[in-house]
Amino acid sequence: MILFCIGLYGVLRKRNIVKIIIGLAIMGYSVNLFLVLLGYRFHGRAPIDSHDQAILNMVDPIPQAVVATAIVIGMAVMALLTGISIRLYEKYGTFDITKIRKLKG
Amino acid sequence: MKVISIIPLFVIIPLGAAFLNSLIGKFIKRFGDVFTLASAAVLCGFSIYARIALESVPGKILVYKIGGWVPPFGICLVFDGLSSFMLIVINLAAFLAAVYAINYMEKYTDKAKFYTLFSLMICGLNGVAVAGDIFNMFVFLEIASIASYALVAFGTEAEELEASFKYAIMGTVASSFILIGIAFLYGFTSTLNMADIARVLSYKQNAWVIPFVSVLFIAGFGLKSAMMPFHAWLPDAHSSAPAPISALLSGVLIKTLGVYSLFRILFNVIGAPANYLGALMFLGAVSIVLAGILSLSQTNFKRLLAYSSIGQIGYIVLGISLGTPLGIFGGLFHLFNHSIFKPLLFLNAGAIDYAGGGKELNEAKGFGRHMPFTDKTNLIASLSISGVPPFSGFFSKLIIIIACAQKLHFGYALCAVIGSILTLCALMKARRFIFLEDADTKEKKVTGEVPWAMVFSMVFLASMCLLAGFLLIPYLRVFISDASAVLLKGTSYADIIMRAALR
Repeated sequence: MILFCIGLYGVLRKRNIVKIIIGLAIMGYSVNLFLVLLGYRFHGRAPIDSHDQAILNMVDPIPQAVVATAIVIGMAVMALLTGISIRLYEKYGTFDITKIRKLKG
Repeated sequence: MKVISIIPLFVIIPLGAAFLNSLIGKFIKRFGDVFTLASAAVLCGFSIYARIALESVPGKILVYKIGGWVPPFGICLVFDGLSSFMLIVINLAAFLAAVYAINYMEKYTDKAKFYTLFSLMICGLNGVAVAGDIFNMFVFLEIASIASYALVAFGTEAEELEASFKYAIMGTVASSFILIGIAFLYGFTSTLNMADIARVLSYKQNAWVIPFVSVLFIAGFGLKSAMMPFHAWLPDAHSSAPAPISALLSGVLIKTLGVYSLFRILFNVIGAPANYLGALMFLGAVSIVLAGILSLSQTNFKRLLAYSSIGQIGYIVLGISLGTPLGIFGGLFHLFNHSIFKPLLFLNAGAIDYAGGGKELNEAKGFGRHMPFTDKTNLIASLSISGVPPFSGFFSKLIIIIACAQKLHFGYALCAVIGSILTLCALMKARRFIFLEDADTKEKKVTGEVPWAMVFSMVFLASMCLLAGFLLIPYLRVFISDASAVLLKGTSYADIIMRAALR
């Protein structure tokens, strides 16, 4: 939760494009961490079903599957954003968002 | 073929089209045009066929279990009145945008990549409409959003990149909100299936998580649907994207990702608490009035249209969140109408741009005089969106206003009327510049009408505008009233899905 707020602060407050992207990344990681912790149990073990082990005290596997998907999505967004920011730098010659404002109204 | 086996095809066909386009679209010249158009036409046919076939299904609901796993454990796709309604809206608009794109996209360099992203976006939108699982809905929502971020930046000019960057930042923050909302819901109910979440929530006492989660969802989906406090990305993104894409963004994407998923979760999963609906009604009314005023002051045609679509989203949200049968009916009917006339207006703007007029109203002076089809279709769309009687927009706005008055919200009804007048003013201003003034032909060469494919989709949409009013006659009314019935059922939807799944 604290990480989420740090990320949100980064997105809202920073003026450098790269820092904004880092803020977004931190937000994404915080959500993923939160999801994994939801499924955690103390002294849990990996949720792998095999013949010689009793189904006892396993961590919840669904958040792990969910997080794996969320990480992939996050990666796609990050790749796209950094791509756009490189092209923006080529066009405007700056990373400062207060100077990138051709669209108004 | 059985109807139930069509449901996964709504996701598979566009996904396959995207894959093939990226793989061999580069080597065969006309492949992208023909193949994307064919897949869009097939999807359009399937959505209408499946809607008709749904009539004969008991309970009017179909649940497709992926891999044969029963819902609380496996993933399911749900096809009911509301989903089929959204699918028809999406695929119709997508088909016409694909027809239009054949000629319009010639001026960009890489058509194969355009068609890949286009098909991916359709895949995401269809997926959101049929998803019966809250996390799958999120995944499809992200597919559609990421494709649309890339499509907004497709021209890679300075403005387009800037708009896309803003849109991507806002969209990613919204997705984080939605994902953390899903995480809280999962932590509370230990399930991801929407029907099952609704069931568990109805058993649990002291559901402290509901207010928090609903606020997260309203913020997240509100950002995606560009309601008034969250609207900042929309005018930039819509005015910078290529015309067929802005038609889809405004006509379909903000409604499917924002309005549809928000109300599906609020009504069918959480159970529509009255105070959140009240807040949404307020946001809707604010959107209508403020967006109307802002759209008046615009000098860029597409930007003007973008502000007016914020206003129209306001009508839809206001109508649905009234929560009465008539209000929901009016909201959904307006959603359908808006997905016809707003793409038409954006395609008109694209046609003027294509003829060399540019996007600024001052530069495009008099361009419309030599384009009879664009002129007439634009007139129909402008009158329809501002609610002039014989056209479809009039009926849906009238229903929303009556529904407001029935619940004694006269202030909101007044807002709706004022918004309608403001829309009319803004669009008449645009028409005066583009179609009525004399062209200063010295500076720019005025070309004639745009190619036939573009004319076809504009004329088709204009005739839909005229005909959509007929959806109110009793036999065809089922199309919309079934959709609103799904929302009205609220959380009892859970039991219906569970029963349909075990069938």
